[in-house]
Amino acid sequence: MSERKVRVLVAKPGLDGHDRGAKVVARALRDAGMEVIYTGLRQTPEMVVEAALQEDVDVIGLSILSGAHMALVPRVIELLQANDLTHVKVFVGGIIPDEDVPRLKEIGVVGVYGPGTLTEEIIQDVRLVVNGSSGA
Amino acid sequence: MSLASSVLEGKRLALARLLSQIENNHPDGQAALGDLFPHTGRAQLIGVTGAPGTGKSSLVNRLAFYYRNPPEGEPQRKVAIIAVDPSSPFTGGAILGDRVRMRDLSGDPGIFIRSMAARGSLGGLAPTTASMVQVFDAAGFDIIMIETVGAGQAEVDIARLAHTTLVVEAPGMGDDIQAIKAGILEIADILVVNKADHPGVENTERALRSMLELAHPAPRIFKHHGHFERVESPQANPDRDEAWLPPIVRTIAIKGDGVPELVSAINDHQHHLVESGERENRDRARLQAELDILIQDNLVYRWRKSVSDAQYREILESLIARKISPHQAARDLMNGGHGT
Repeated sequence: MSERKVRVLVAKPGLDGHDRGAKVVARALRDAGMEVIYTGLRQTPEMVVEAALQEDVDVIGLSILSGAHMALVPRVIELLQANDLTHVKVFVGGIIPDEDVPRLKEIGVVGVYGPGTLTEEIIQDVRLVVNGSSGA
Repeated sequence: MSLASSVLEGKRLALARLLSQIENNHPDGQAALGDLFPHTGRAQLIGVTGAPGTGKSSLVNRLAFYYRNPPEGEPQRKVAIIAVDPSSPFTGGAILGDRVRMRDLSGDPGIFIRSMAARGSLGGLAPTTASMVQVFDAAGFDIIMIETVGAGQAEVDIARLAHTTLVVEAPGMGDDIQAIKAGILEIADILVVNKADHPGVENTERALRSMLELAHPAPRIFKHHGHFERVESPQANPDRDEAWLPPIVRTIAIKGDGVPELVSAINDHQHHLVESGERENRDRARLQAELDILIQDNLVYRWRKSVSDAQYREILESLIARKISPHQAARDLMNGGHGT
């Protein structure tokens, strides 16, 4: 009788006020059968990690368009480690310059997605890191 | 150390993990719940329901903030919030967005917010909401607020779960006839007219008031999974005080207006429950209902294992071909897949 759903936190840390992309991704993950916790705009890294803990999510998707990703993402990952949440995988979407992608991956980000990414690709990657396979 | 004892010690990570196990019907979660159950029964359970867009989440946010930052002389309480949102009937996915309105509560270790998808349940709660409430209760939360999915008229499960049920209305969301329909308004212990700065608030309040005058006092009867459960109205006992008449409280949740008045109405209701013996009645009715649901689930599960997929499909096909009626098909399947 046991059944498990993939739980994803979609969060917008920082100060940019545009969440169309985050909502499209949230909707796509929902349509892929996942439970998506959406927390809204202007979250601090502390708020993101607190929500991830309380909601026991498998994955965090951070949407950042402000250019502050090299400050915000490392802080989120640091706080995840401090809270014993290293099993939570982090994805980043938004406007991320190419040269920052390897640096983000180095600190543990699983995937980085820019404009034009197909939602199908994100869904597959999430399934892959959570279930170890890209199937349903 | 077991998950249950970590939860009793107040470890938040263990609590979050256990809530997931409960939600997923994991056997470990059910075992832990067994260890925790003797520690339950202390928390005050407040249900918040109402149509989508009436401001339930904002109101929960403000109430929780009040309980965490009470005025001088009132105790500070630990607050858990369970916020239920609908699951897609097609994909099973869900967007759980109630936290958006609860950002004032972040960073407070005396608050724990958990979002839940309804996962196919139709009564406004999820199948495991009651068990999650028990976990929070055992973990020492003084107040547990349960926010239902945006409910229309029939999602009344919350009245069975909570001690005090708030039904949230907002101006301009329905005419007088909506107010006299059976269902959600009847389960209100307190009626909240939120967005009280919007035009039409007098009309909304008047419609609710006339509905109340017609409806009360009456015994509370829940129709539940085909059988009725009666919870006597306090008036049925002449030695006790008069029946509870749901007060109407105006609020403006985004500004916090009316929240102290709402808290005082909730406190009055709590006193009433204890003094009238109704709290005990409701606890009994709740646990009995939970037991009955679990028995039903187990029976269905056990029965499903007793019938092969082939038998099930065969009888289903006969039904679809209109060779047998739905009743006959059910009888055959209950009979182990053989015709009677």
